[in-house]
Amino acid sequence: MIVFQIVLLAVMLVAAISAAVFKDLMNAVIACALVSLVAAIIFYFLQAPDVAMAEASIGAGLTTGIFIFAIRRTARREEDETSP
Amino acid sequence: MSFVADYLHYTGCFGLVLIGLYIVLVKSNLIKIVIGINLIDTGVNLFLVSVGYIQMGTAPIFSEAQAAGREMVDPVPQALVLTAIVIGVSVAALALSVAVRLYEHYGTLDLSRVRELKW
Amino acid sequence: MKQALSLAVLLLLAVGLASALRGPSVGAEANRTALFDDQKVNFGRRYTSRAREETGAPNVVASVVVTYRGLDTLGEVAVLFIAATGLATLLHTGRQRVSGTAPEGASLIVFTGCRFIFPLILLFGAYIFVHGHLTPGGGFQGGAIVASGFLLVYLGCRDREPSRRRLNALESLSGLAFVVIGLIGLAAGGSFLLDFLPKGSLYALFSAGIIPLVYVFIGFKVGSELGGILGDLSGARR
Repeated sequence: MIVFQIVLLAVMLVAAISAAVFKDLMNAVIACALVSLVAAIIFYFLQAPDVAMAEASIGAGLTTGIFIFAIRRTARREEDETSP
Repeated sequence: MSFVADYLHYTGCFGLVLIGLYIVLVKSNLIKIVIGINLIDTGVNLFLVSVGYIQMGTAPIFSEAQAAGREMVDPVPQALVLTAIVIGVSVAALALSVAVRLYEHYGTLDLSRVRELKW
Repeated sequence: MKQALSLAVLLLLAVGLASALRGPSVGAEANRTALFDDQKVNFGRRYTSRAREETGAPNVVASVVVTYRGLDTLGEVAVLFIAATGLATLLHTGRQRVSGTAPEGASLIVFTGCRFIFPLILLFGAYIFVHGHLTPGGGFQGGAIVASGFLLVYLGCRDREPSRRRLNALESLSGLAFVVIGLIGLAAGGSFLLDFLPKGSLYALFSAGIIPLVYVFIGFKVGSELGGILGDLSGARR
């Protein structure tokens, strides 16, 4: 059980780092949804079923929806940063 | 091994908060910054619920088949986090509407270029 | 430059957090092994030991959210309302969308499927927030599921979306109903959001005082509010 939770937390951190690294904004939003999904599973293991339901429906569903609508109305890719 | 079991969730939450903070500090695309704020929210919510966890505890619901003798985990951080999740999504929605209006006005989402356009 | 500086700040923060995890190494607290070890849950024990008798609801989190901490829930509903109003104000002023072609509609299979599934999703969300005091769930989770149904409508069958005026009216009336329940508690017993309905028998549907009533109104409000936010963000279709 401990090994399983270590794996879950590692997946969550890798997804968060890839949300920072991806240049295509749609990929970054999918990585953010993966972080929310793994957080919902960890909430279940922390004996919090109400919070797990809320995080799964709001974090993984609605947040991804509003991000996709916002990306559709603006740019799709992150522009390459000019040298500061 | 008990050291790992005690501190495992706290390190995961702190890592998530630090990654979100890195995104907010370094990236210049506005939607990326809102993603970073969302990651910080998720990390803090995970931390709050893991503070209330008791080893070998059970969920705070009375059921007819509830195991007797196991203590319930703390319900107050769970009520707090329930509110915080909904507020997090509404803050992200408001920030994204600001980003959409900014894009319609300036034509770009890059914050460094928006600051240049100001002058 | 900005990257290196922020990495240095984050490294400093990480070292600080790691030293906080270790805790103090001298003094009376040095014997504790884990952070927050024996100071936590004293307050939570007070709620879990008395919630079943005082409120009559098996779900302790529901009784904490509605009965013991009802004023915080009212504040949260107010914050959600302010955010939805601000978003609608920001997105409806100024010039209309001038970007390119209109998005093409969905195919017939997707259209029919979305029309068929939308009432089922509403039913599932209503089941979650009506049984909020008995099983894990409640107003916020059920409202989020209802809003997911609205997301499906905005993605697949845009022509059949519910009228925005009715959504706004439903949202405002639900928030008003929550405040009216609190005021009735004030008139009946002397404190705002007092539990004035009978507690009933445990595990029954009509039990636990005002908790199912408040959760129904919160479910309606959160669902219509998040659905309205999604509709505003996805663009106007007049």
